[in-house]
Amino acid sequence: METITTQDLTVSDQDFIIRYHPELCTLCGSCVATCTFNAIEVAPQAHNITVSETNEPKPTRKRKTQPIIRQKNDLAHSCSGCGMCAKVCPNHAIHPVKNPHSRQQLLARLTGPIKRGGRNNLNPSRTLDKILIGRISQMTDPALDSERHTFDLRSPLGRVLKADDLPLTAEGADLKLTGQTPPVRWIYPLLFADMSIGALSTRAWEAIALACAYLNEECGLPVRMSSGEGGMPLKLLQSDQLKYMLIQIGSGHFGWNRIIKALPTMRTDPCAIIIKIGQGAKPGDGGLLPENKVAPHIQAIRGVPKTTLHSPPNHQGLYSIEESVQKMHLSLNAAFGFRVPVGIKCAASATSVAVYNNLLRDPYRICGGFFLDGIQGGTGAANEISLNHTGHPIVSKLRDCYQTSVNQGRQGHIPLWVGGGVGLSGQAAADCFKLICLGANGVFIGKILIQLLGCVGDEQGRCNQCNSGKCPAGICTQDPRLMLRLDIDRGAEAIVNYVLSFDSELKKLLAPIGNSSLPVGRSDALISTDAAIAQKLGLAFAC
Amino acid sequence: MCRIGAIKSQTPLPPKKALELMLPQQEGHDNSGFAMVMQDLDGVFAHSKQMPLLSMACTVKGIQLVNDYMEQHGFVQLAQWVPEVSKNPNLSIHAMPRYVFRTYDYPEIYQYRSQKAREDLLLDTRLALRELLSINDNGYVYSFWPDVLTLKEIGDPADIATYFRLWEDQSRLLAKNIVVQCRQNTNYAIVRYAAHPFFLQGYTLCANGENTFFTKNMELQKSLHRGYIGFESDSQTFLYSLHYVHRELKWPINYFKHVLTPLPLEEAKKRPDGQVLTIIRESLANLELNGPNTIIAMLPDGTMLSLCDAKKLRPVVIGRTKEWVAISSEVCGLNAIMPERDLSQDIYTAERELVTINNDLEVKIWKQ
Repeated sequence: METITTQDLTVSDQDFIIRYHPELCTLCGSCVATCTFNAIEVAPQAHNITVSETNEPKPTRKRKTQPIIRQKNDLAHSCSGCGMCAKVCPNHAIHPVKNPHSRQQLLARLTGPIKRGGRNNLNPSRTLDKILIGRISQMTDPALDSERHTFDLRSPLGRVLKADDLPLTAEGADLKLTGQTPPVRWIYPLLFADMSIGALSTRAWEAIALACAYLNEECGLPVRMSSGEGGMPLKLLQSDQLKYMLIQIGSGHFGWNRIIKALPTMRTDPCAIIIKIGQGAKPGDGGLLPENKVAPHIQAIRGVPKTTLHSPPNHQGLYSIEESVQKMHLSLNAAFGFRVPVGIKCAASATSVAVYNNLLRDPYRICGGFFLDGIQGGTGAANEISLNHTGHPIVSKLRDCYQTSVNQGRQGHIPLWVGGGVGLSGQAAADCFKLICLGANGVFIGKILIQLLGCVGDEQGRCNQCNSGKCPAGICTQDPRLMLRLDIDRGAEAIVNYVLSFDSELKKLLAPIGNSSLPVGRSDALISTDAAIAQKLGLAFAC
Repeated sequence: MCRIGAIKSQTPLPPKKALELMLPQQEGHDNSGFAMVMQDLDGVFAHSKQMPLLSMACTVKGIQLVNDYMEQHGFVQLAQWVPEVSKNPNLSIHAMPRYVFRTYDYPEIYQYRSQKAREDLLLDTRLALRELLSINDNGYVYSFWPDVLTLKEIGDPADIATYFRLWEDQSRLLAKNIVVQCRQNTNYAIVRYAAHPFFLQGYTLCANGENTFFTKNMELQKSLHRGYIGFESDSQTFLYSLHYVHRELKWPINYFKHVLTPLPLEEAKKRPDGQVLTIIRESLANLELNGPNTIIAMLPDGTMLSLCDAKKLRPVVIGRTKEWVAISSEVCGLNAIMPERDLSQDIYTAERELVTINNDLEVKIWKQ
């Protein structure tokens, strides 16, 4: 009998345990070859078996050594639960299962803080699921027909002026424009969120960009996509499709050397510029691209050596909201000739209302959009402690910001775009609709896009290895072999089809409340089945 | 649903005409109220048309409060019409103890002030009286404006007319313009302030239907002007939008239609004035009308207008003869008061139209 050393690591300490059925396994080796985390291996295993090798039954007991597939007993190669082994196995002989008794959260921290990608793995409760569209047109007014009526599903992005500040002069029965107004884009209320080339593989980024262009050019939906903090390919910067893009500038300014140099050769303006102050998944923390993902093409786009790229938590040189307006907003507005809206993206926080107030009151009226990212947002890489424990739920924060604008009579002057958990349940249209009724002009989605591309990560800790460079779906990796796992066209097609369903579903929600344009701030259309939520958001409570 | 109507005539008409327009439409309303605004008056008030006319319903105590306030603020009472009401207990009416229709002269100091200052004074006075009377429910002030009289009451419209002897007296109360509504806004509480037509600084408006963007409208309007208060009815917001666009922003009246039912963005983009339409929509997105609604309104100069929602979910029809033009929720109302008219000349205001009727009874259909 072996001595038990209780402190030794065992497979049953890991978050996921591989269930293997040797009787089904043909030892083809596909699972081992597929596992990007190197979590399983082929190993010999001795068995005591009873065999009969003659024509008549003559059972004999034998000790036999056989190759089997075995999970590694090593946290550096722990199973992420991604299930690629199950996907590739022709015989259903292997699959991971979640281990409810895992000790990995404790043990993994013995070598330092846990870093991972993905999303919040705590706080599973969803406010949006406790809100219903409860004000239905029943005789007081007719519900519309979602298939027959036309709907004007467009949202502004850009600084909107008060009506009495508009440079309009009456000439007879007409109003004439006698001055310049800030640029405003009217776009689809669903925006593809900020995921950089670097965080995403070039193929994943391309698939999303392809879907975006297709939705615009073939489906007539002006969906826009944010570049993320990592620059853009020169060809795209110099193409007509640049108009579909929001270019993000993060605190690391990655890619901006190339963008600025490309300015004179741009054929069209981008949709908007987004100054990223923070993101919901890791508020107060800068972008992080681990060295293993800084492949040569990433180095080229960002103009950096092969090293871990850690953006500072703040934009260096900005020490106040007012100064950010003067420095970054004005200089970026000026760089694009005041033709391109410049917005700001912040992590939702107890301070969001103060920031929004400040921007609303800014005398330059220069901020063209306030992007608020909630705690359930995703990321390519972060400390797990940030992912799980820092941030602010998006719903009440959006409501607070909207209501502060109502109090000032400035609702809609800086369009509110929100994200962070939109579509978490797979039903982005419902989330979008509810957030719009609470005051959002539109929403942005990120995780749902990569899930459509094949990402298997979830909020229960499955995979979440976006930081490792070993993404088994070829989405968050720069390894050329892994990238090839992603079929760009199929990925783009899935996104397009999802957005088309989203569009139909949005209409299906608008029709029963009798509206043909977006009910921004129409909180009377919502009810909540939770009294506390109803009270906080100013909704009717229903039970 | 409310039934709404209006009559515009070149010769002054009694309220009886408005009742005749509305009562055939009784199938469509629930007899819970009657309200009208008369403008360009004749009869009792023919000789004080320049002076502000106070219309209110109140208690005896309310009258004292108002008298004291007006005296303290330098208003001097001129003409007065006290309806000799018919106190038949069988009438269905929730009558107030007193009804006051009086003209006042401006305070001395305002003789030398601008028209705008006087108009602001009238608004502020009405708001102050409203607040004063709201304490202990002492009464309701509906309008305080030159040449405008407002009467509202809860009850059966025919009985209300009997109570005020509107069927009989054809000479004391006359006007060239009457905007009228039957039924209170009974989707919500039946309160006098919720009864259209609503009035603000020369602008009169009534509407039927359900304003599905009421919350959006109201939330913005609360911060736009001190006179945008109450919101007892979801249709009140349309009056405030009209006042804001036409009086505050001083935009041509066509833009009221653009603000309420903006063109789809793709359509606006193709027009030469697309940029103007788009920035207006951006700024005033919260004033959009997106429910099934029809609006009848009257401007300070007496111009009447009619428009409806962009999906034309609520009807309105305009009939005309040489002497007068009438707007009505239902054509049966027109048939009752102008059976001889040329039916082919009736106008059913379409979703992209704004119909205006000027003081010469010239009807213009403006297409958005």
